[in-house]
Amino acid sequence: MSGYDRALSVFSPDGHVFQVEYAMEAVKRGTCAVGVKGKDIVVLGCEKRSALKLQDTRITPSKIALVDDHICLAFAGLNADARILIDKARLEAQSHRLTVEDPSSIEYITKYIASVQQRYTQSGGVRPFGISTLVVGFDKNDSTPRLYQTEPSGIYSAWKANAIGRSSKTVREFLERNHQDDMDREQTIQLTIKSLLEVVQTGAKNIEVAIMAPGKALEMLPDDQIEAYVKNIETEKQEEAAKKKIRAGTTTAAILTRPGGGESTD
Amino acid sequence: MEVLLGIAGKDFVILAASKAAMRGPTVLKAEDDKTRQLNKHTLMAFSGESGDTVQFAEYIQANAALYSMRNDTELSPSAVANFVRGELARSLRSRSPYTVNLLLGGIDPVTEKPHLFWIDYLASLAPLPYAAHGYAQYYCLSILDKHHHPDCTREEGLALLTLCTDELKRRLPIDYKGMLVKMVTKDGVEEITVDNDKVVRSA
Repeated sequence: MSGYDRALSVFSPDGHVFQVEYAMEAVKRGTCAVGVKGKDIVVLGCEKRSALKLQDTRITPSKIALVDDHICLAFAGLNADARILIDKARLEAQSHRLTVEDPSSIEYITKYIASVQQRYTQSGGVRPFGISTLVVGFDKNDSTPRLYQTEPSGIYSAWKANAIGRSSKTVREFLERNHQDDMDREQTIQLTIKSLLEVVQTGAKNIEVAIMAPGKALEMLPDDQIEAYVKNIETEKQEEAAKKKIRAGTTTAAILTRPGGGESTD
Repeated sequence: MEVLLGIAGKDFVILAASKAAMRGPTVLKAEDDKTRQLNKHTLMAFSGESGDTVQFAEYIQANAALYSMRNDTELSPSAVANFVRGELARSLRSRSPYTVNLLLGGIDPVTEKPHLFWIDYLASLAPLPYAAHGYAQYYCLSILDKHHHPDCTREEGLALLTLCTDELKRRLPIDYKGMLVKMVTKDGVEEITVDNDKVVRSA
């Protein structure tokens, strides 16, 4: 302990605010969440902790929450902190409707969430929110999909596709390799689940997926459909691996002079 | 002279409100909507001090939406009615109370039974099979007493409403610019087109 991580609002001599960095560490330990924008939808995918044997799954809280009819949020980090932040966001969304008679834009609510998170890094007697969020949805009379991220420090940013939480780096790199503009509904859902499967070992039963389309209610993808996607992706992967093996076989045969070279990827 | 009428039937609730927005003796608007939808199955019609009415109705609307967002459930009509009554009772004891009279109609999403509530600015709450606010009470309640029955169909309900509006046209000294009629069923709220141009002669 250097002493600079005690009081929240105290800088360390080299310019760090340690409590905020610890909060980001808490995010990294949270389960993974992915957001992907398609041509005309936006999809959220989450890694879901499996319920214990005796747990009543009906009230197991989801990591995907509705902030307003047209705004959806997924988070990674401390579940309890998220509840409070989501509640504040919901209140602001309704308050916005009441004061200006229009639903708030996605950017507005993202800014609001980020500003609450920032406030909790600079005031006394509190600790920062140990969560990052992905905020998705559609503005009123607009069919452009939106995807924003917020962090414990209060930074917010817009993305085409992004991941937060455990192994988010792996997933983000996967998305960077595989994301295309103008993906249709199927492709977008597929990419979301595929990217999650990079880090979720247990497959379909530990994934939840939410889809938002302009002017429509939030759609939670039913478990059996997620399972079908996962199965498809797995067979696809196996076929690819089989192809690779054949190719690997021929190439190694061709370059016998260089043992151990080449095909060691994946 | 605003008119609010409510009729509950077998599987529906009709709420009707006059379309005139008035200030003193002047009609400011002839297509006013004095109703707000609170959730999929609940509709509220309001009259009273202009300004207060919309302000209060939208406050209730936002709170109903917030509740269903927070708890992932829709409030039943009776739950909303009791919430509204509580808010009015609180307001009544404040420095500047809302002077709003309300009819709240809805279908319970679980039992699919219709509910109609009469609420006034003194925070009285009464569940009723049919209800009216303002001068409409004097002319319509007797008609409703005679003709309403709790198992009436949608057609019978609308016919009953026409009996009431005809009587209002016959006896009310002021033109209230026709009625806006909305029906709540288990499928949600829909506006009913009614013939407001029908001429009713007094005796």
